[in-house]
Amino acid sequence: MEIQSPAQASYWLVSGQALFLVMHVLGLACFAYIMYRRLVPLLRAQPDIRFDQPWLRLGRVAKYWLGQWRHPRYKGAGLLHILIFIGFIVLAGRAFSLLMIGASSGFAMPGFSGTLGHFYDIVRDYAATVVFICMIVAAVRRIVFKPARYAVPARLGRQRGQDAIFLLALIAILMLADSLFEGSKAAVQTQQGQASEFLAVFSLPWICEQALASFSLPLLSKLGLGAYFIHNLTFYFLLCYRPFGIQFHVETSLFSVYFAKLEREVLKPVRWGVHDEQLDQLKSIGVKTFEDFTWKHMLDFYSCADCGRCSDQCPSNAAGRPLSPRFLTTKARDYAFQHYPVFGKANNSSPLIGAIYSEDEIWSCTTCGACEQECPLLIEYIDKIVDLRRGLIDSGNVPQSLQKPLKALESRGNPYGKMEKKRSAWTKINGFQQSCPIKLLDGKQGADALYFVDSITSYDDRIQAIGHATARILTSVGESFGILGPAEKDSGHEVRRFGEEILFCALRAHNVEAIKASGVQRIVTSDPHAYNALKHDYKDIPPVEHISQLLARALNEGTLKLNHAETSDKVYTYHDPCYLGRHNEVYDDPRDVLDAIPGLKRVEMKRSRDRSFCCGGGGLMLFYEPKEEQRMGVLRVKMAAEAGANVIVTACPFCMVNIEDAIKVAGMEAKMAAIDLTELVDQHIVRQAPGGMEAQRELTEV
Amino acid sequence: MEILVCVRRVPDTSENEIELNSAGNDIERDELVYSINEWDNYAVEEALQIVSRVGGKVTVVTVGDDEDEEILRRQMAMGATHGVLLSDHLFAGSDGRGIAAILKAFIQKGNYELILTGVQAEDGAAQVGGMLAAMLDYPFASLVNSIEILDGKTLRITREIEGGNKELNEIDLPCVLSIQTGINEPRYVGMRGIRQVASVPIPTFGAPDLGVNPEIVGPLAAKIRRVDYFLPAAGRGAEMLYGKPEEIADKVVELVRTKGGLS
Repeated sequence: MEIQSPAQASYWLVSGQALFLVMHVLGLACFAYIMYRRLVPLLRAQPDIRFDQPWLRLGRVAKYWLGQWRHPRYKGAGLLHILIFIGFIVLAGRAFSLLMIGASSGFAMPGFSGTLGHFYDIVRDYAATVVFICMIVAAVRRIVFKPARYAVPARLGRQRGQDAIFLLALIAILMLADSLFEGSKAAVQTQQGQASEFLAVFSLPWICEQALASFSLPLLSKLGLGAYFIHNLTFYFLLCYRPFGIQFHVETSLFSVYFAKLEREVLKPVRWGVHDEQLDQLKSIGVKTFEDFTWKHMLDFYSCADCGRCSDQCPSNAAGRPLSPRFLTTKARDYAFQHYPVFGKANNSSPLIGAIYSEDEIWSCTTCGACEQECPLLIEYIDKIVDLRRGLIDSGNVPQSLQKPLKALESRGNPYGKMEKKRSAWTKINGFQQSCPIKLLDGKQGADALYFVDSITSYDDRIQAIGHATARILTSVGESFGILGPAEKDSGHEVRRFGEEILFCALRAHNVEAIKASGVQRIVTSDPHAYNALKHDYKDIPPVEHISQLLARALNEGTLKLNHAETSDKVYTYHDPCYLGRHNEVYDDPRDVLDAIPGLKRVEMKRSRDRSFCCGGGGLMLFYEPKEEQRMGVLRVKMAAEAGANVIVTACPFCMVNIEDAIKVAGMEAKMAAIDLTELVDQHIVRQAPGGMEAQRELTEV
Repeated sequence: MEILVCVRRVPDTSENEIELNSAGNDIERDELVYSINEWDNYAVEEALQIVSRVGGKVTVVTVGDDEDEEILRRQMAMGATHGVLLSDHLFAGSDGRGIAAILKAFIQKGNYELILTGVQAEDGAAQVGGMLAAMLDYPFASLVNSIEILDGKTLRITREIEGGNKELNEIDLPCVLSIQTGINEPRYVGMRGIRQVASVPIPTFGAPDLGVNPEIVGPLAAKIRRVDYFLPAAGRGAEMLYGKPEEIADKVVELVRTKGGLS
């Protein structure tokens, strides 16, 4: 007795070939229809320019999609995913040829008849085995270990564990059915003394063959045909079920990664193709309804695999604010499925705020970028948050706590409502100008470099010390520099990130003109937010450096020398400011500067570099009154204590405000202190100016 | 409902360092930034919320000069249907009574059912609302911190009274109400909104247009004259509270309550 091929067999009196042909056509037609319906909202979405630089994009597909680059950041789940992903890639060919033999019994993959075919068969036998085992491990993880990041808070609906288990089961069935079909065929061949197909030892098909060895031939035949039928049924069910949940990422992730944003730091324009000057003419700006999202952002919603890594890293989520990036995405996806159903009419255009998002949720984000750094599929969050804020601003829904600083930025160019003429007053406090005169670049004096001070360093009593330290260091390393003084306005970094694009454009236009008029060749700043704004949001201005970069360079060039650390009982840890670290990848320069202080003890916090934990947010975030269980800063200070540090060094004025506050709130004044990198360097700098060194040191200590 | 909100442009106390001029008879007005009087902003927001519930139009009016157009535009960007400027060189130097007389003349040309003012202006004397109501012979309620439309003829309002308590009243339309801050959360007005109304014409009416008798306005008609501006002498030091933290907390709560900060 020959083993029947499924195409030649009959199923319930129907020819196998006819049955499977119908299954193919129906399955593919259903899938095509569902995909079409899923595309409908994308076609109604806002434009997004993502078709440029195909080679660069393909390279990123190779790295992040094919290479699964970010998965190992979570070791357990990441390894599982990599194995399953490789398994799926390997098994794609197998699935195709397996489906084809239902329609044509003699089908063989072109080019896979010889040695290559045998090799492939062995590899795919193991691939199916690995995927099967991964399904079991993943199910055990979900059922027994229940990683905390998968939990869904009660207010956001039911737990999603069952969906995950169902999906794992479907894939396991697919692997098992394939292996049973393969194993029963081999068992028949062995029983009949034919040369059986070689099955990879200890693979799932091999185990099936061993288990079925003693079965009767008719039973084996039925088992094989049944397994084949179940395989095909499961395959098409899974295909058509995928666009209904997290499993959709199997189809969409490739596109999400290909179309992912290339310049992460450049915020999305208000609307692609609309120039800044034309914004006034638009009827509405920002995201108010689902259709205000761009098609790429909608694609992101489809692609989210609900792995929870974004929220696991999100400081807002950790502090108990009403924001969790994971749910920002899945709520939008559920909204899309509900308002653009597979069957029935699309009903849309209702406001998202109030329906799926709350205002507090949208204002809670510090735009620290931890979520984007983590997402294996490069899903974008900051642009969406900013777009939603643009919508809130446009509708006038702005918390009272933010309205005053925004108004002050409009009329005075700083969020505090302080007088413009007082912007350079910090240079004259306590006789500072006698020890360290600072040029005012008002057209009468020139300099090579501009120190862009920005609002907080200009006006905040505590932070002015960072300005003083920076100015002294710049003087000490021999930099020819000056400040704009009253001609400088706020860089607008947070103004833009809080969605007030028009005000930002006005601030930028003013500053660009003032910078150009100053005639400088370089810009340096001690504020990473200003640095990020000048570097990425401004155009046509001289190159900009953060002071830590300048310091690292001065160390290398030998113009900066640092004295031995004063005391030995201090253990320092460096806190990466989000807009210096994650957003601009300046991780090593500040650390190099710290390590150049002889005898300085430095430890790393568990969350450092690109996993740094936001201190609470800068700029307008200092004015916002979030709903939260605890301060992000307090969490951060505790992390520093955990690392064994008693001094937190940062390189951002806003981090300083948040961390110093947090130390007080946590009642840790006795065991923790905060200092800015510039202040620390200023304390340890070997003054170059002969004779002036002692005098300056005394002043520093005053 | 046709609602008129009387607004005023004032130096923004949160964004200026107010100093006396060298003569000591006024504040130093160079480099001041101005904004809408805070109470008036709440009044406009309240008017917009009423109109969004029951329909109608909101008109904002101010007595001043070209520079005051700025706040009219800001309130129009907020959602007010019309902005009107009452401007005449004769109006300059009017006291509260004079301003009320100018507003009265404008109101009688229209058909407003509800007239809102702020409780007071940041640099004012909290007098225009009451005088205006008296001149119009309309009922008046001050310190209003909620408004409910009962029917076309009556409003139910609450007023803030000393100690943070509230008083519930019914008042017949047409009427004048002076609005207390905190009645609502005024919406944000972005630069985009202001630019969008930048070219909307703002009708300006002078004394002849309004039929205002020049003898009842201006400095000569003013019965109140500002004699001096001065900084109050520094009082005694802060009051120190002593005791256990719980006791201090209780004392603070009591102090805030008696000052009307808690309700």
